[in-house]
Amino acid sequence: MRYHLDFGFIWTHFDRLTWGLVLSLELAILSIFIGMVIGLSLALAYTSGGRLVRGAVAGYVEFIRNVPLLLLVYLVFYGVPSIEGFAYDATTSFVITLSVYAGATLVEVFRAGLAAIPRGLIDAGKAIGLTGWQRLIAVRLPTMIRIVLPSLSNAFVSLFKDTSLASVIAVPELTYGAQWINTNSFRIIEVWAVTAPMYLVTGYGLLFLLQRLERRFVVH
Amino acid sequence: MLFALQSLPFLWEGLLLTLEVSALVVSISLVAGIILGVGIVYGPRWLYWPIRMYSDVLRGIPLLVLIFFIYYALPLASINFTNFVSVVVALSAFETAHIIEVVRGALQSIPRGQNEAAKSIGLRFDQRLLYVIAPQAVRRFLPPWINAVVDTVKGSALVSLVGIVDLMLAIQQVIGRTYKPMPLYVLGAIMYFIINYTLSSASRHLEARYAYIRE
Amino acid sequence: MGGELVVQIRGVRKSFGANQVLDGVDLDVHKGEVVVVIGPSGGGKTTLLRCINLLETYDEGSIRVDGVEVGFRDGGNGVRQPRRDRELARIRADIGMVFQLFNLFPHLTARENVMLGLRKVRGLSAVEARQTAERWLTRVGLGDKFESLPSQLSGGQQQRVGIARAVAMGPKVLLLDEITSALDPELVGEVLSVVQELARDGMTMIVVTHEMTFARDVATRIVFMEAGRIQIQGTPREVLSTTGHDRLKAFLARIEMKHH
Repeated sequence: MRYHLDFGFIWTHFDRLTWGLVLSLELAILSIFIGMVIGLSLALAYTSGGRLVRGAVAGYVEFIRNVPLLLLVYLVFYGVPSIEGFAYDATTSFVITLSVYAGATLVEVFRAGLAAIPRGLIDAGKAIGLTGWQRLIAVRLPTMIRIVLPSLSNAFVSLFKDTSLASVIAVPELTYGAQWINTNSFRIIEVWAVTAPMYLVTGYGLLFLLQRLERRFVVH
Repeated sequence: MLFALQSLPFLWEGLLLTLEVSALVVSISLVAGIILGVGIVYGPRWLYWPIRMYSDVLRGIPLLVLIFFIYYALPLASINFTNFVSVVVALSAFETAHIIEVVRGALQSIPRGQNEAAKSIGLRFDQRLLYVIAPQAVRRFLPPWINAVVDTVKGSALVSLVGIVDLMLAIQQVIGRTYKPMPLYVLGAIMYFIINYTLSSASRHLEARYAYIRE
Repeated sequence: MGGELVVQIRGVRKSFGANQVLDGVDLDVHKGEVVVVIGPSGGGKTTLLRCINLLETYDEGSIRVDGVEVGFRDGGNGVRQPRRDRELARIRADIGMVFQLFNLFPHLTARENVMLGLRKVRGLSAVEARQTAERWLTRVGLGDKFESLPSQLSGGQQQRVGIARAVAMGPKVLLLDEITSALDPELVGEVLSVVQELARDGMTMIVVTHEMTFARDVATRIVFMEAGRIQIQGTPREVLSTTGHDRLKAFLARIEMKHH
């Protein structure tokens, strides 16, 4: 193989990768939080709503989960402005897309979490006279959070990997940085040899940290 | 919206390619995933870590990164696959890692006593797998596997980024000619939705059926 | 009890990390004997049993069933090599085991559970296997349960299917691993009476159990294992009314207390 490994170009432009990684993380964090708001609201609506509400929520979830994320990215970035007449920058568009995507995934997580709350706890809440809202805030949500923490951690790491799709609309996250270095230097092996481990270490590192966080909650 | 439907014949070609890529990847990853999954659970110690590494690494990087890497790197190793073959290789490698986990989960959910009882009546390894383990593992395997199939179809959309004219790229090309992105994206979304929703419905149906029969 | 030697265990040692589970076990079992192994948990009884059909490996020593070394083969130059799966399968076909947790195959009916080994290991035809299976299921009192799935059977019934499954294979020795420990008390009797019948018909058995009454009534020999070694063995009368052995007395006393 007539190929000499040369990491020079990579190190010169390493900041594209490091700052790209930072942006990827920011995108993931924003999306998971907005996604949690969407997901939790819809899960609560689903649990307590009538057939119409359940149908609407299910429709939203099924649609988002069965369509490629790439298509959603394009739809939001290119499609929506064309009919609404406004424009937004790629990063905002991507955050919206990924949040909506995360929301759809999390509806099921939260719904299952709510359903897994032991009946006894809710009954105890009723017995001491808490109203529906009070039971929700004081009993159901805290319990549910402990139940869904593992799924949330997995969802977050998954979203982190999905941020690589932002590169297709030129958001300067990690994959975009790597592609830039790739096309400007053709140092393919080197750039991906650096980028892939960055995803791996960050992804598994996050998972590890989140699992340690989980344990502190569960012991409580 | 009407004109979008006029582009259907062109999109149809793209859809066929999407299905072709997906079918190939699903088949390859199913076979490879089962073999490696069985290997990691029942195989000798020295098989465990290599397979584990493979699975963890390929599930830890974004699919897009893998596709780009394989697409650009293979020619350097003097392997001159066509674009089509490169993406099938990349997608299959990725999906296989996921199937390994699905197989592992299904096999490990079977109590150890089953394998022991099978051994105690003198069944060989292949017989134990075929008559005792697999029948029980299948019902725990199918629903997550169908999810993986849906993920494969969704992931196949990324091949549009390296020039394969699948449904996704076909949509882009029509938009390029007509400058009407929204109707086409919506139409494309519907087409993907029909495929994947059918698959995931089959999965839900199977889950319900199995729960009724053998419990 | 003369008779040919079915199981011969010599100097068997096994450790799990720092824990010496089996610390030099010697045991002979002759044809037709019912050897009951008692002792405190962690004493090695179940491990020893599971070494006989190599569900557990042993580090040192020898276990021979019908003259064949179970765990190892001769690799030439007197080197011992672990047996491969195919050979193990053939050896295990002649050793029957009944498990504490039954381990019936949940996707098969009672009849199919018994037939599986007959068809795939003994090579019987479908008709022969069916008849044999039904014969054995009837003998253990489940003549009306051929089509039942394990989930439709009580614990005692499941265990009897487990016995039929093991015995139908025509094993040289039957290993019973605490087969009543997971049963509700009222179901224990039906299982033990099946075992008693098998003993009367001459089945060679090695039984690990806590059921002292059963041990006293059915055993031809009782073995007390503790700390990985056989501490004392003899006829039921010798062992159970012993005045000599301290740890055995302590163990029996504990058992007595539990049953009160």
